[in-house]
Amino acid sequence: MTEAARYQKLKEIVTIYLPEDVAVDMITEESHFINELNINSANLVDIVLDVEDAFDILLENEDMDQMQTVKDALAIIDTKLTKTS
Amino acid sequence: MNYHHIIAQLPYSKPFLFVDTLQSVSADGVEGSFTFSRELGFYQGHFKGNPVTPGVLLTECCAQIGLVCLGIHLLAKADLSQLQIGLSSSEMEFLLPVYPGETVTVRSEKLYFRFHKLKCKVRLYNAEGALACKGVLSGMFKTREDVT
Repeated sequence: MTEAARYQKLKEIVTIYLPEDVAVDMITEESHFINELNINSANLVDIVLDVEDAFDILLENEDMDQMQTVKDALAIIDTKLTKTS
Repeated sequence: MNYHHIIAQLPYSKPFLFVDTLQSVSADGVEGSFTFSRELGFYQGHFKGNPVTPGVLLTECCAQIGLVCLGIHLLAKADLSQLQIGLSSSEMEFLLPVYPGETVTVRSEKLYFRFHKLKCKVRLYNAEGALACKGVLSGMFKTREDVT
């Protein structure tokens, strides 16, 4: 999967959990999930679980702590995919 | 086992404690019960002259037994002195009314407990054992170690 495809897939997952007052085009690589996209911690867990299913990877508590922005999430996904392949 | 240690750690007290006893607790789920005493104050207003247990309180009963008691059990090894909890989502269906004086039984089945979020399938049975409400609830559990 290309980097662009991974970003697209992640964006689709994040979109599901965006609050009503945040538009899809607000999502950029730099977006902070909690501070900028207004995603609460409970929905961030849902995003992580969906990411696990979508990319067939397993995330740990440390990964969750590091996952502050979209870019962080992409980096973690990238690391996990490299490890498993 | 009476699981008194779990009930003792619940962050609720009367008039907002909706757990009397726990019949079974495991890593996968919990069963407990509560009696909605006829004396509870809200029956005077819900509804006027026709007391019925409010759905929000059936949901609360499901959450206290099904999520919070189970969460405390799952966090048995953690320091719960500064436990912070919050209901994060509820999707409930109400099938039968629960009247004053009824003892209800809640059965909860863990869907997952990951990254401090516990999600459960809950069912609440009335005094006759008929399903009165069911749904999916989730809540967040932050212990002292997570906050600091």
